[in-house]
Amino acid sequence: MITPRQIRWVVVSLLAIVAGLVAIGASDYWGMEAYTQRKLAALSQPSPDVSSSSASSASGSASAPAPSRDIAGDPPHAELVAVAGAASGARAIFRPPLESQIPTGEFGDVIRRGRDIFVDTGRAAPAYVGNSLRCVNCHLDAGRLADSSPLWAAFVSYPAYRSKTKSVSTFQQRLQGCFEYSMNGKAPPAGAPELVALESYAYWLATGATVDPKLAGRGYPALPAPAQGRDYTRGEQVYVANCAFCHGADGAGQRSADGVAVFPPLWGPESFNWGAGMGRVNNAAAFIKANMPLGMGGTLTDQQAWDVSLYMNSHERPQDPRYAGSVQNTRSTFHDTDESMYGREVAGKVLGATGAPRPFKPSKVPDR
Amino acid sequence: MTLGRHLSWVMFGIVLNTNVHADGATIAQQGTGSAAACQSCHGVVGEGIAAAGFPRLAGMGAGYLQRQLEAFAEGTRSSAVMMPIAKALSAADRKAVASHYASMPFGGTAAMPLPSSALTSASQGASAPKVSAMATAASAPTPTVGATLATRGRWSDTLPACEQCHGPGGRGVGADFPPLVGQSATYLAAQLIAFKSKARPAGPMNLMGVVAQKLSDADVREVAAYYAMLPAGGTR
Repeated sequence: MITPRQIRWVVVSLLAIVAGLVAIGASDYWGMEAYTQRKLAALSQPSPDVSSSSASSASGSASAPAPSRDIAGDPPHAELVAVAGAASGARAIFRPPLESQIPTGEFGDVIRRGRDIFVDTGRAAPAYVGNSLRCVNCHLDAGRLADSSPLWAAFVSYPAYRSKTKSVSTFQQRLQGCFEYSMNGKAPPAGAPELVALESYAYWLATGATVDPKLAGRGYPALPAPAQGRDYTRGEQVYVANCAFCHGADGAGQRSADGVAVFPPLWGPESFNWGAGMGRVNNAAAFIKANMPLGMGGTLTDQQAWDVSLYMNSHERPQDPRYAGSVQNTRSTFHDTDESMYGREVAGKVLGATGAPRPFKPSKVPDR
Repeated sequence: MTLGRHLSWVMFGIVLNTNVHADGATIAQQGTGSAAACQSCHGVVGEGIAAAGFPRLAGMGAGYLQRQLEAFAEGTRSSAVMMPIAKALSAADRKAVASHYASMPFGGTAAMPLPSSALTSASQGASAPKVSAMATAASAPTPTVGATLATRGRWSDTLPACEQCHGPGGRGVGADFPPLVGQSATYLAAQLIAFKSKARPAGPMNLMGVVAQKLSDADVREVAAYYAMLPAGGTR
């Protein structure tokens, strides 16, 4: 059976081969110069296409003609669609509003500020970030992506009782934990503008979502128990083959020449500390399976995800800020689970045996 | 030991010596006996020739450049011009010339020279109220499809943004993720199409193969035009 998709692929391939041959003789086969010039000419005056689509989407009214496909290729706002994701199968997944629908005015400003903090955390909230990570490193697509702990699902899950805090946490309190552990930083005080902005962004993303702690797409999809247990050596092999090219053999990530942490550090002093959720083997395995390598979620086997998660979390990282005087005390109080490698011995060294937490120091963020 | 044998050792030593001390700058400027000088097509400062679709080399990662030369030499990446040149270079030459261009500063010479008035009016267009309401893309001159793909990706297709690997402003990351800025739209579009059609090997982990399969021809044009219009070496 030849599907239209296959025919299209063959046609595209043939075109590309022809293009390749022609490109040898004719340098501007694609007409890119002319195209670019036209584009620039069009940009010199406001484009009617762009502004009209903006106007209709910014209004957010149901009667306005919804764009069939916005600039990011998302379907219209709040449409429930089946997404065939890595671990999603065919599920109805909530779709947050389009970025182009952020309202104007005061509310829109605070939403945008929240988004800025989310994607460029160290620069936008420098007083509270102690490492090179950004929220978006673990919550892909600026907190929009299902199965990547999306903000819209988190928002409708709080307030909630958490075993970590042994109390009912509000959404702002949950965000404070992100700063303290995942960002190895300092929790902004309740009501701090940074928390208000992040909360506003999450609230807006959740527009139209049902209040439901089990909303499809929330968190990272849990993996079935590993068939072969979890193994450091196998994990190292998975890491070398699938992760090191971007995150580095030493797990330190990679920066651009101008110092921006493009590939996040997975362990070491610039990564999340021992108190972070990503330091739990099951949690990181679930994230990795659904989302890594970037853009290729679902390609590792469950076993590979378990093994490489164990490998990642068997390296040293900043001390747990809840440090209780000794590694053993801290382990028994906060890490008494097989999902934490804290306090365990790996390659002759006890993980976490690095003394009391270092005093908070804001991370250095290069100038733009 | 005969004189002949002596001589052959000396000759071997000379060949070895030339290879070990292959001077990247000399190859770039003068070529070798059998390979043309790189700069005749890639420009005196490695800036490329946009109109001809010859890419910028200056400041590209050494690992990336060397991999491309090896691929041309092995024939896994095809180019009527580059394949014979890469074959004519020894492995040491290829390494040396890759390091040479990697260490060459990229001066921010626009690969596609644009009249400054065009850039100014483009940025004015971007600040028109209705357009700015579209997005907060501080890094994008305009909220076009190209800008969105470059800075946000299209996660509904599990398509990461270009800059998630190629760095802010497409200025490249490390030895292996080459800068996109400073390349002509012609070159960028041709490469994306080649990745998509598998005419060009997708490189480590098939990263570019996966990405290119998710781009329509229109996406390719838009994103190539976006990077060609970005001020090279500028701030995001």
